[in-house]
Amino acid sequence: MSAVAALGAILARLCPMFVLVGPSGHVLASGPTLARILAPREIKGARFLEMFEVLRPQPVDDMAGLAALEGARLRLRLRAGRSLALKGVVCRLSGDGSLGPAGGVVVNLSFGISVLEAVREYSLTGADFAVTDPTTEMLYLLEAKSVAMEESRRLNHRLEGARRAAQEQALTDPLTGLRNRRAFDLALAGLLHAGNAFALLHLDLDFFKQVNDTHGHAAGDLVLRVAAQRMRAAVREDDIIARVGGDEFALLLPGVNDMAALRLIAQRLISTIEEPVSDGARSYRVSASVGGTLDRQRERNSAEALLAVADRALYTAKETGRGRSVIDTAPRSAPPAPSGHDSQGAAMRSR
Amino acid sequence: MNGLINRALQWLVRDSYGEALWRGLVEALALGEAAFEPLMPCEPEVTDRLLSALAERIGRAPEEILEDLGTYLVSQPRTEAARRLLRFGGVDFVDFLYSLEDLPDRARLAMPDFTLPEIRLHPGAAGLYRIELGTCPQAGLRLGPVLVGLLRAMADDYGALVLLDHRGADSRGEVIEVRLLDAAFADGRAFDLGAGPVAR
Repeated sequence: MSAVAALGAILARLCPMFVLVGPSGHVLASGPTLARILAPREIKGARFLEMFEVLRPQPVDDMAGLAALEGARLRLRLRAGRSLALKGVVCRLSGDGSLGPAGGVVVNLSFGISVLEAVREYSLTGADFAVTDPTTEMLYLLEAKSVAMEESRRLNHRLEGARRAAQEQALTDPLTGLRNRRAFDLALAGLLHAGNAFALLHLDLDFFKQVNDTHGHAAGDLVLRVAAQRMRAAVREDDIIARVGGDEFALLLPGVNDMAALRLIAQRLISTIEEPVSDGARSYRVSASVGGTLDRQRERNSAEALLAVADRALYTAKETGRGRSVIDTAPRSAPPAPSGHDSQGAAMRSR
Repeated sequence: MNGLINRALQWLVRDSYGEALWRGLVEALALGEAAFEPLMPCEPEVTDRLLSALAERIGRAPEEILEDLGTYLVSQPRTEAARRLLRFGGVDFVDFLYSLEDLPDRARLAMPDFTLPEIRLHPGAAGLYRIELGTCPQAGLRLGPVLVGLLRAMADDYGALVLLDHRGADSRGEVIEVRLLDAAFADGRAFDLGAGPVAR
């Protein structure tokens, strides 16, 4: 066996993308994977630099230039086809000719980062890579991680959906710890279904917007939290207080069926809310307007009708000045005159 | 890890026995969606209950179901990702058999909490391979039957003709014997190295 054939046989197994180039610059032998990539073009006998362009560290145009790059990290490109990018290294054959023709070189090539593209383009298999080449493992890892990533993306999507659903189904207002609109609607439906007498109050803070606009959201949030605490302290444990809007609250008072008692509760709520709220540095004052109604057993009111009455009563209370309450018994009746509660001065009624 | 096993069982049951049977099973066991999330922790006990209830409902032994599961993972379009990842292990069936020893490491690379038992391959005379599979306390079940089903389908995939025999289990693990009759019996299925992950 000639020196070239012997060297070629060894290299074919170790480096399936090697090229043995003779002193004239013509290819004497090459690895099987490279032959596959170049097929149907015949690489043997072709001029190496006509098939491959050396880009880095600098372009070369003859054998001497190629040999001078021995040991350097080469970046090359296949001239034909889709100009596949390659990495490579050059080794000179020994001067005594024992390994092959003196003045010749061995170039070993690899795909570098474009390996996946190359595998696809040329339908390479595990057998096209050297036994010691970790390319297959790398492709495995790439694919395994893509599968895991896709799974993770899907799980995140599902959890986000679940989180939203949970938030919608939650019954608590996160800022004040009171019940929220949804909880209030459920409780109101429950009371109507049970058919026992109860009272409904709709409460709206007065001058809250000024506090919020002048002193910021932190002050506004503090006022809302303190108002919530005080309202809770002003009613019974089983009464339901919900925050149903920015500075709007609604209360359900089971068992309350007396106008005078309800009016008293409304005024107690207004008084406690009118107490100054302090954050240590500043003191804030707000008030509240309240509209209310009673649901007595036999009336068979709908939730909508009751809420409409309470709303209208609240509107009347607001219209006639702040810090007032209006209690209305009869759905569909004209609103009665407001009953007075007006402890704050006219200066505050600027909302 | 058990979330992944449960998910595989879920797919197997839905594809092989229908949606209705699966729904009945999940409702009877009061299992939530989280039990079938591959990336979420799940108690091995859930898999155990699922498998027992399924075995009772369809009148088959749990070992038979697990063997079906192994075959299902390699041969069904829905689990093509599993088949592809396994095929990266070897260029032919014998190469694949040798890669089994790396399988626990490969699985861990893909998912850090995927803990497979140790696998040892002992090549014998005349195409006989003895596979020793350690116990898998994390999964809480014997994976030997799964491996038997999986090897049967992988042999098909590579076009190899094999005889498989689960030789039994003891406290140290399980032993499976593979007799390779013909490594190139049929054409096998194509494996495109660069096809990339399959979209579900």
